[in-house]
Amino acid sequence: MPNFVAILKKRNKRIIRMKKFMVPFICLFVIMASTSIAEGAETQTGESENATHNHDECSCHHEEKYDPGASAFHHISDANAFHLFGDYYLPLPCLLYAPAKGFTFLMSNDFDMHHHGSGTKAIDGYVMVHGSIMRVNQAGFPMEGEVEVTCYTEKTSADGKVSFQVLYKDECYKLDKKTSYDAGIMGGGVTSFYDFSITKAVFTMLLAFLVLFFLFRKAANSYVLRKGQAPKGVQAVIEPLFEFIRNEVAIPFLGSKYEKYLPYLMSVFFFILGLNLIGQLPFFPGSGNVTGNLSVTLVLAVIAALVTNFGGNKAYWQHIFNMPGVPLPIKFILTPVELLGLFIKPMTLMLRLFANITAGHIVIIIFVSLIFIFGEAGESLSGSILGGVMAVPLTLFMMAIELLVAFVQAFVFCILTASYIGAAIEEHHEHH
Amino acid sequence: MTGTLAAIGAGLAVIGAGIGIGNIGSKAMEAIARQPEVAGEIRSNMIITAALIEGAALIAIILSIFVK
Repeated sequence: MPNFVAILKKRNKRIIRMKKFMVPFICLFVIMASTSIAEGAETQTGESENATHNHDECSCHHEEKYDPGASAFHHISDANAFHLFGDYYLPLPCLLYAPAKGFTFLMSNDFDMHHHGSGTKAIDGYVMVHGSIMRVNQAGFPMEGEVEVTCYTEKTSADGKVSFQVLYKDECYKLDKKTSYDAGIMGGGVTSFYDFSITKAVFTMLLAFLVLFFLFRKAANSYVLRKGQAPKGVQAVIEPLFEFIRNEVAIPFLGSKYEKYLPYLMSVFFFILGLNLIGQLPFFPGSGNVTGNLSVTLVLAVIAALVTNFGGNKAYWQHIFNMPGVPLPIKFILTPVELLGLFIKPMTLMLRLFANITAGHIVIIIFVSLIFIFGEAGESLSGSILGGVMAVPLTLFMMAIELLVAFVQAFVFCILTASYIGAAIEEHHEHH
Repeated sequence: MTGTLAAIGAGLAVIGAGIGIGNIGSKAMEAIARQPEVAGEIRSNMIITAALIEGAALIAIILSIFVK
């Protein structure tokens, strides 16, 4: 018994010692974050002065005011460059296709990126603007080989549309929008080129695939190696999650046929959960916002719709097109509603996951932006420190909520898919 | 101006969803208190219903953010 007390006392001491370390550590973190950001903003304004040219229409005058909304959208959107730290970027392969030119293959670092992921080189008419590849769409620009470009600028036309321009030899050239690998939500659109690159999101998905593959292989192996023994390590993490989805989701909704759909439900659950958790990391291997990308959730929702509708039995289709036990006039209203439901169900699946993850990330970025807002974009050091003191606990709180959301959304996607499949394969008895 | 209107729209959507999810939660808690033996079933149904309401609210919020 006294042994336990001694252990407890020792642990308490350690906790107190940790607390003593934590306070100065957090203070140091806040001050360092605020000052480094203040410095960064200073160098940025200095550069923009150098880059300003005396052209009436075209100049690279940076907006000095910090815009938290634009910053948030920049951070949650997909990119062709993976930011590591400072001016260093992980080179990602880019495969670009323009109908007029054919395929172009290059690495993202060929653009020689500096601040904010903007490249200083144009290769075959492609440029890197804020981490996204865009293509020059104006005659006169050299569309072959490498050329040095000065900078990029945003131009708002009379009807309020924003387009990017590149400055090359004191002349501005219009840029096409980036390709819509985020379904056009983050400012992509119809362009003159196609982007088949390994982007940040694709890289993160491959990473999640590898991590899940090795985790599950380890868990599967330990069922053979440690047969008859209690689960341990990775196995002990995976098994409760697996059993939870099987017992709480698959069996209640799918009944006796659950084994047929179990692999699909598990893949969806662990894929979304893995990507949500990787997206929570604010630095290198994470930070790819994949489940908050509309194209990814669209594909997940389409797969769910296909599985539901191809698995649907006769009774399911009868209940959509010709509801039994309902008078004929009502059927004219009911059938269109049921048909709409076929598309609304996957659409809400898509939007729910996308909106939850995106909203969480935006809120975290806005909280971090407090440092910039109070620091007046690098001009006031005390303001940045005040902002930092506010931002750190708020961000920590939001990240804890996000951790919960990561699990809940993976579970909700899974349980709703299971309920749609369950409704489609349900055996109907004569109860009308 | 459009920004302000969008913010009001998002706020209204959240009020509706809040009332709805609050009702679901209170009724589910009551049901669990009456019949604790089916708590698991009630909980999963509660999450599904809440998720459906949340879906409608999220569509409204997304529209208010992206439609200009």
